[in-house]
Amino acid sequence: MTDWPILSLLTFLPLVGVLFLLAIRGDDEFSLKNIRHIALWTTVVNFVFSCVLWAKFDHAAAGFQFVEQAEWLGGAINYRMGVDGISTPFIILTAFLMPFCILASWNSITHRVKEYMIAFLVLETLMIGVFCALDLVLFYLFFEGGLIPMFLIIGIWGGKRRVYASFKFFLYTLLGSLLMLVGILAMYGTAGTTDIQALLQYKFPAGMQTWLWLGFFASFAVKMPMWPVHTWLPDAHVEAPTAGSVILAGILLKMGGYGFLRFSLPMFPLASEQFAPLVFTLSVVAIIYTSLVALMQEDIKKLIAYSSVAHMGFVTMGIFTLNAQGVQGAVFQMVSHGIVSGALFLCVGVVYDRMHTREIAAFGGLVNRMPWYAAAFLVFTMANVGLPGTSGFVGEFLTLMGAFKANTWVAFFATTGVILSAGYALWLYRKVVFGEMTKPSLEGIADLNRREIAILVPLVLLTVLFGVWPAPILDMSAASVDGILNTATAAIEAAGKTAAR
Amino acid sequence: MYHLIVFLPLIGAILAGIIALAGARQRHPGAVGPVDAFHSDHHGGHAAHADHGHSAHGQEAHGHDDHGHDHAHDDHHDHGPVEPPAANSRLAELITTGLLIVSALLSWVAFFDVAWSGNDAHVTVMRWVTAGTLHFDWAFRIDTLTAVMLVVVNSVSALVHLYSIGYMHEDPHRPRFFGYLSLFTFAMLMLVTSDNLVQLFFGWEGVGLASYLLIGFWYKKPSACAAAIKAFVVNRVGDFGFALGIFACFVIFGSVEFETIFASAPGAAEKTINFLGHDWPALTVTCLLLFMGAMGKSAQLGLHTWLPDAMEGPTPVSALIHAATMVTAGVFLVARMSPLFEHSHTALEVVTIVGAMTAIFAATVGLVQNDIKRVIAYSTCSQLGYMFVALGVGAYGVGIFHLFTHAFFKALLFLGSGSVIHAMHHEQDMRKMGGLRRLIPVTYWMMVIGTLALTGFPLTAGYFSKDAVIEAAYAAHSGPGLFGFWMTVLAALLTSFYSWRLIFMTFHGAPRASLETMSHVHESPKVMLVPLLVLSLGALFAGLAFKGDFIGHHEKEFWAEALFRSEHNEIIHHMHEVPAWVVYSPFVMMVIGFALAWLFYIRKPHLPAKLAESQRLLYAFLLNKWYFDELYEVVFVRPAKWIGRFLWKTGDGRIIDGLGPDGISARVVDVTNRVVRLQTGYVYHYAFAMLIGVAAIFTWFMVRGL
Repeated sequence: MTDWPILSLLTFLPLVGVLFLLAIRGDDEFSLKNIRHIALWTTVVNFVFSCVLWAKFDHAAAGFQFVEQAEWLGGAINYRMGVDGISTPFIILTAFLMPFCILASWNSITHRVKEYMIAFLVLETLMIGVFCALDLVLFYLFFEGGLIPMFLIIGIWGGKRRVYASFKFFLYTLLGSLLMLVGILAMYGTAGTTDIQALLQYKFPAGMQTWLWLGFFASFAVKMPMWPVHTWLPDAHVEAPTAGSVILAGILLKMGGYGFLRFSLPMFPLASEQFAPLVFTLSVVAIIYTSLVALMQEDIKKLIAYSSVAHMGFVTMGIFTLNAQGVQGAVFQMVSHGIVSGALFLCVGVVYDRMHTREIAAFGGLVNRMPWYAAAFLVFTMANVGLPGTSGFVGEFLTLMGAFKANTWVAFFATTGVILSAGYALWLYRKVVFGEMTKPSLEGIADLNRREIAILVPLVLLTVLFGVWPAPILDMSAASVDGILNTATAAIEAAGKTAAR
Repeated sequence: MYHLIVFLPLIGAILAGIIALAGARQRHPGAVGPVDAFHSDHHGGHAAHADHGHSAHGQEAHGHDDHGHDHAHDDHHDHGPVEPPAANSRLAELITTGLLIVSALLSWVAFFDVAWSGNDAHVTVMRWVTAGTLHFDWAFRIDTLTAVMLVVVNSVSALVHLYSIGYMHEDPHRPRFFGYLSLFTFAMLMLVTSDNLVQLFFGWEGVGLASYLLIGFWYKKPSACAAAIKAFVVNRVGDFGFALGIFACFVIFGSVEFETIFASAPGAAEKTINFLGHDWPALTVTCLLLFMGAMGKSAQLGLHTWLPDAMEGPTPVSALIHAATMVTAGVFLVARMSPLFEHSHTALEVVTIVGAMTAIFAATVGLVQNDIKRVIAYSTCSQLGYMFVALGVGAYGVGIFHLFTHAFFKALLFLGSGSVIHAMHHEQDMRKMGGLRRLIPVTYWMMVIGTLALTGFPLTAGYFSKDAVIEAAYAAHSGPGLFGFWMTVLAALLTSFYSWRLIFMTFHGAPRASLETMSHVHESPKVMLVPLLVLSLGALFAGLAFKGDFIGHHEKEFWAEALFRSEHNEIIHHMHEVPAWVVYSPFVMMVIGFALAWLFYIRKPHLPAKLAESQRLLYAFLLNKWYFDELYEVVFVRPAKWIGRFLWKTGDGRIIDGLGPDGISARVVDVTNRVVRLQTGYVYHYAFAMLIGVAAIFTWFMVRGL
């Protein structure tokens, strides 16, 4: 397709930006400006490259494209990169969200700016790497490596309880990943390779699938996060700087879902089928439980964080329905949630930058002073509620449709989420935006500035565009999702026949 | 043409939205430079943040503060009526109203083309979703049912736009208002033109959004905000069922497109579907789930609580959304899905019973309300019940006919009451009115016409449609049908009573408002009266003119394929053979209701108070709307909040975190403490074990069930 290694380029270009940043010394206004601009333009260029990837992507192919391969670590473990219809949307999403993160940090980060930008660029490399890696070890390195910059971003540039939050984040994810590492070692021991493409062909014995599935599940469930290992997320979100929250909600949470689709479903189909009821139960509990908790929150970010857990519940539910609507809906929901929740956190950042508080009670009547803000916030609130015509609807609808086909109980309980989400999201909007402006502290608050408009308007447009015209994402993922489902169902059927015999 | 009809309102909405946003920008320019210019004492975690950006932009930051003062000044004005109107308000009004009038005229063209010439149409706009075997487009399905709805929606909407120019004259946020109105119209049009269930759901939730925005239009009023949220959330309860119904359709028919569903409906009559662990008749489950959505949108008993509160919105909104169009979407849905409902006896019976109960319930509550708009709101609720009764006995055409005529006279009543409220300077309490007849004569006569039509005075619109509903209910010769018949007859009496009560309390007798208020009472401007006149023509003649087509001899050709009746359904035929006493009963009821109202409010005005005194419990029961709000507060709202707090503080905080990360660190620090804890046995250990147990049991059941 392309003769130049576009995936490696996408992955490592941010590191080039890091090199430039390292070359800048000094703390004066001029260097700060340079630092910000270098970071911004690196991410913008990377986004442009990701669009090239989009343009050249072959929608009809189910397998991997743009495959790169190089000898690494003595032959057994190689450097292998490649993408399919499931990973490509996430790469583009990552590259798309990064410039907004840099812009959102433009004035709000004034302390250790260089280190901050470096952390973000390194994070971009690691995140894109996760979605490109076609070797288990490489995947694991990127996957776990991402923990470190995020840990630093929360721990250094976070809020008051940042140490507690980053510790909690680290503890959870580390425990999960250790189990996955054991699983990876076991896979290497059995199959004799860490090549993902080869492993996708390899048929693990049923008993082993169970244990491998559980090992990977531990890691992905924490990342998603699924109930009951979700409590690190609200704390991490509350303490993280705005851009950190955007990346956390927008990309890092999607790695769990991506992992389920890349490993659990195609490599351990029997175990996936076996454990589907467990996943359904946890997803439904997550949707109802966290929605109810969200109803009672006093901190804007915490509310959105809890609503994220609920929305991720739709994703895990959709993935394990093992049908096209459920899985495609899950992919779409992840992309949509990346845009919408990212935008919601940016909206919180807008008022946080002005008031330095996120307490819901500290606001009220913002529409009187900030009509543009109110309009943008409304669009994202409605997308969060899953209003048809916004991107939030398509994913929710498809995953629920898939769930109804798989198990009506699951669909029944999960659909109550649409009532609860309307409750907490509209309540938040009403408390923050509507009403009379009575608080004297809000008197001088000003509407969006040009930088903020530049951030929010594209996100508003995308939210509506994908709601009305979701084809770009659905078409991109269709062939690959079909491929995975065909392999999985074929394996399940074959196992069923053997059992019957 | 159909593109124009549907998308002109959208264009209007977008343009008005742009005007509103541009005007708002002028008034509230964005921040310049760094936005965190004030409250530097508040920084918390961002301790290090004051050193840079600030000193560099200090000057701008200062300018910014000045700005704040300007606003503070503005704010003072916000409370009074002197807030300057948004820029280009008139332009926004002209654009939206003009486009709507064009759209309405085209709708009438379409109506004659489709209903009379039989030119049904199908227009695909573009692809929407493809996922596996699931596929649906943005597309229009134009048949007689759609054409009737196009006429109703666009005509009333155009008149309401026009009326609003006068009614909202003093409001400073007119571009936003007109933008919302047009947005609503667009969503409603998408709903009625849809060729599949999902696009219908898009319109369905879209009108919900517009309704939310318009009820909360005066966002400074806490009651308006609360009503807006209530409307959205209660509707979502209905949508919960609607969504499940769509999923069921896909599972049964493999499609969400009407064409496919209707074609394979007869074959599915015997099918069963496993829903929540049991095998049910597939179509009954689907229809009941869809009907749950209809109950929410059309404010049927149980899910009706949002409609009276929705009166917090500006009155033109009540006329358009909460009387003529949006609330009838549920009726439209059932009529649209008639090919499914027709195969489920049970579902139709449920529709009849719910409709009949709503008709009588809302009428009883309407008897004692004192807010002029709430009386009409309960009346709407009750009339929607009538429509469902007709649908439930298989007389779909009759239901839609009542929808059609009701749109005219109920919009007329609402806009008329708006004119009264306008004249009384936003007074809505009828106890503070009275004697307005001579001061606002045009409004008075318009209201009388609306009331005549609503109560079914001979030859007015309501006479034909309402009596047809009652006759159809009788002609069904079934238990639920008979129940529907008696309830609707009784409701006709109550309707007549509360309608005339409204007229007498508002327009007759001695004025109860202050002299000061009365001296300022004035007739509304022409821009408000013209829509009233047009609607009054509809309220008078829509029945007579269209009776033959909707429910008379031409009804088969008129509806063609749009409404489906199985060969066993002879309801229209039976309707014309009901005994004479059935035909006359609504008329008798109307006369009795009128006489009672006259006795209570003209002849012996002290009677109502006496009666309320002697029947205190009953009066309080009705006045408090059968205590539905209180019941829901206790049963749903408070428990949800309590559970939410419990799960947060105890579930997340003490159990998960306590046993997880916090617990681990605590335990490493002090092992002995842990032993003690285990022995004393904290409640949450057990609670956690219980949660795990419940999850395990649930999982096990599902494994077994699969």
